[in-house]
Amino acid sequence: MKIRHIALSAAALLLAGAAQAVEFKQVDTTKSSLAFSSKQMGVPVPGSFKKFTTQIAFDPAKPTAASTTLEIDLASIDAGSKDANDEVVGKQWFNVKAFPTAKFVSSGVKALGGNRYEALGKMTIKGQTRDIVAPFTFKQDGANGVFDGGFVLKRMDFNIGEGPWADVSAVANEIEIKFHVVAAPAAAAKK
Amino acid sequence: MSSYTQRYSGPAIAAHWLIALLILAAFPLGLYMSDLPLSPNKLKLYSYHKWIGMTVLLLFVPRLLWRLTHTPPKALPMPAWQHKIAEGTHHLLYLLMFLVPLSGWLMSSAKGFQVVYFGVLPIPDLIGKSEELGELLKEVHEALNWGLFGLVGLHVAGALKHHIIDRDSTLRRMLPFGK
Ligand code: HEM
Repeated sequence: MKIRHIALSAAALLLAGAAQAVEFKQVDTTKSSLAFSSKQMGVPVPGSFKKFTTQIAFDPAKPTAASTTLEIDLASIDAGSKDANDEVVGKQWFNVKAFPTAKFVSSGVKALGGNRYEALGKMTIKGQTRDIVAPFTFKQDGANGVFDGGFVLKRMDFNIGEGPWADVSAVANEIEIKFHVVAAPAAAAKK
Repeated sequence: MSSYTQRYSGPAIAAHWLIALLILAAFPLGLYMSDLPLSPNKLKLYSYHKWIGMTVLLLFVPRLLWRLTHTPPKALPMPAWQHKIAEGTHHLLYLLMFLVPLSGWLMSSAKGFQVVYFGVLPIPDLIGKSEELGELLKEVHEALNWGLFGLVGLHVAGALKHHIIDRDSTLRRMLPFGK
């Protein structure tokens, strides 16, 4: 009797502890998106990647222990028009035959105060690896964790757009990246 | 003497030749650029084309207002049917001067490319992105352009006929720096 009592309260304690420190791990790709905006002759042109996989482990109680990886299927790009889609998978742009994916691996997360954070890590595209700092916000939406953030990627750092396309007066060097990731708590995975 | 005093007003002459020049630049540029493979050069030419075209649309507004509030010089003596054709041509030219750039603007929006005048001033999209509508408006822009091409041809032929064959002041009264 007594032992059962202790066991129960221990379980309750554990549960309470788990409720305080939820780790958001199960990314819902159907609710998540990876968008970007390029500037062509001063015209902002929106685009997105339809296929990507991402792993996240984020506990708002211990943000600095968080980690994430992201892998983008570059051929799934929508660059705003059919012409552009045909062009950007080619050799001078992403060269997807040789480099089908882009990858981001975090090396750390900084808490900036409030619900604002910063993910640090390395981005690899087309064989080039660069350090990236991506500020993001975290909020809880029901049981889910929602991450919204973005950063500016300089395409020439990764040789995205070679030859005549290196002309940044036609297509600007700066590409705005925006991500929206929805993840469920780790526990939900066991259901 | 009297025909010399019957010149077009300064603003009418300025608007006429400025718009004529812009159309003469936009038209061959449009034909040339659309067949190019995608390149930075193509992006640039498209933008120049759009900026020139939007300038026509912009100038069209004061031009039309001026025309509606000022009586142009009286037509010179000519057979009634010629006068009718000339007037009809002028009216249709006004219509296409408006519809050609408007269709270009709408096409650009439908294709998902906002027009940013001179690369700095974003012009609002009147319609949203839609592939089918973009294709349709492209056809419309082309068809209207061939209409414009035909009308301009007729208009120029008429002006030259008056100048060379009739030797009247029809063309001179629209020329800048004339008397
Ligand atoms: C007076 C004004 C204009 C003239 C005379 C003009 C003339 C033309 C001509 C001749 C073409 C080639 C059509 C063909 O392929 O047969 C063209 C294409 C085009 N025009 Fe215009 N245009 C004008 C204004 C504009 C404006 C204001 C815009 C957009 C803001 C525009 C956007 C385009 C585009 C995007 C194309 C290429 C269509 C394609 O091949 O995808 N135009 N234009």
